[in-house]
Amino acid sequence: MNLKLKIWRQKDATDTGKIVDYNISDVSSDMSFLEMLDVLNTQLIEKGDDPVSFDHDCREGICGSCSLQINGQPHGPDGGTTTCQLHMRKFKDQQTIVIEPFRAKAFPIIKDLIIDRSAFDRIQQAGGYVSVNTSGNTQDANTTPINKVDADHAFDAAACIGCAACVAACKNSSAMLFVSAKVSQYALLPQGQIERQQRVQDMVAQMDEEGFGACTNTGACEAECPKGISLTNIARMNREYIGANLKS
Amino acid sequence: MSLSALFLISFLLLHVAINFLSVISKDMYNEASHFMGYNPIIQFVMQPILISGVIFHFVLGFVLEFQNKSARPVPYVMKNSAANSSWISRNMLYSGLVILAFLGVHFYDFWIHEINYKYLTDQVPNEARYFSELVEKFKDPLRVGFYVLSFVLLMLHLLHGFQSAFQSLGVNNKFSPIIKKAAMTFSYVVPLAFIFIALYHHFTHY
Ligand code: HEM
Ligand code: SF4
Ligand code: FES
Repeated sequence: MNLKLKIWRQKDATDTGKIVDYNISDVSSDMSFLEMLDVLNTQLIEKGDDPVSFDHDCREGICGSCSLQINGQPHGPDGGTTTCQLHMRKFKDQQTIVIEPFRAKAFPIIKDLIIDRSAFDRIQQAGGYVSVNTSGNTQDANTTPINKVDADHAFDAAACIGCAACVAACKNSSAMLFVSAKVSQYALLPQGQIERQQRVQDMVAQMDEEGFGACTNTGACEAECPKGISLTNIARMNREYIGANLKS
Repeated sequence: MSLSALFLISFLLLHVAINFLSVISKDMYNEASHFMGYNPIIQFVMQPILISGVIFHFVLGFVLEFQNKSARPVPYVMKNSAANSSWISRNMLYSGLVILAFLGVHFYDFWIHEINYKYLTDQVPNEARYFSELVEKFKDPLRVGFYVLSFVLLMLHLLHGFQSAFQSLGVNNKFSPIIKKAAMTFSYVVPLAFIFIALYHHFTHY
């Protein structure tokens, strides 16, 4: 395949940045999207140019570090996949592909396609934990019975890899899907009950402080989430939040 | 947002019901309008609540949209929003603005007129005037056209908004699919009823 790439290049957080055109030839349709970028970078390095910076780690859809807005969609045109799992066969020969970083005020650009997602870490630190006894005499998890439905819903919520595609897709740059997945995974389990009220209040407060927008229920996040996190989590978080505020 | 919206929706239901009387019977419509127009609780308690509800809703809507816009200061070079969300869910502000323009005209037509009639020129209560005034308003095809357009946009506004309000309030249980269906049905039926009433009077009296 031969492709025309339009890639966002930006030196650092203060640079204004711009789209730069690259032509790339002999791309195999079996390559992953990131492998295609590796090929491009090898060519750039051989020519003595600055390679394109992009985030990646596991390359198997579990770490959430790869990002990339590809032709106007987070993680590209394929549903339920991360950029690292996206294959070049999803594109046509001679196609133009626009590659941008995920954009939000809360995610400043570090370089080119790499963004700083530490806002998510701070939200997690604000309440995404449980108080457990780690003194060495920890209770066996199986001694706490949990009903199957709640366990399944908690597990589904816990599938969130913190990739931020939900924020990237949302017209409001809202982080509600991510935060609601984190709130839900604990709210549904007995271990999460101790901090339940405080957790949702603190995590929502941190989310607002980071400068994410508010949810208007367009559903773009759910449609673009590579892990199929459901909007029911947002409804659950709204319920938890309203309930916690009424009680306190 | 969601609470003010649900309040406005309940008002819409009452409004469409009274308007519909004008199709069924002239006298019933006159009687209902007269009651609404001269009942002190409705005039001096309910009406101010309603007006504040409308103002609260659209002012909050503007503020919300503005804050949400500023959460992404550098826009994307390429967007493909149609791939993940409906046009109407992304353009509540624009459907809302058309409804607001309509409300402006509507206020001028009915509310200012009523204030003028009742309080400024102190005319005697006349229980028979409402129907003929209504019919008069639906004479001009341009005005009827704008009326119809506004209600089509109200329909779109509600198609996203009504079910969205439940999600915002955290309602999500085994009844949610039914609630969603009911909300969608309401969003089609009520604006269409308003449109039907307008067209009915436009075409039957002239
Ligand atoms: C009788 C008239 C109206 C009704 C029944 C109505 C109903 C609704 C409903 C149900 C929602 C969703 C609330 C939520 O999800 O929490 C909504 C949102 C909204 N409305 Fe209205 N509305 C009306 C008039 C207006 C007007 C005049 C404006 C003025 C611009 C407006 C602007 C908005 C905006 C900006 C939103 C939020 C955007 C969003 O949720 O995506 N609405 N409305
Ligand atoms: S909710 Fe989905 S899109 Fe959002 S961070 Fe988690 S995995 Fe990514
Ligand atoms: S690189 Fe780990 S999810 Fe893509």
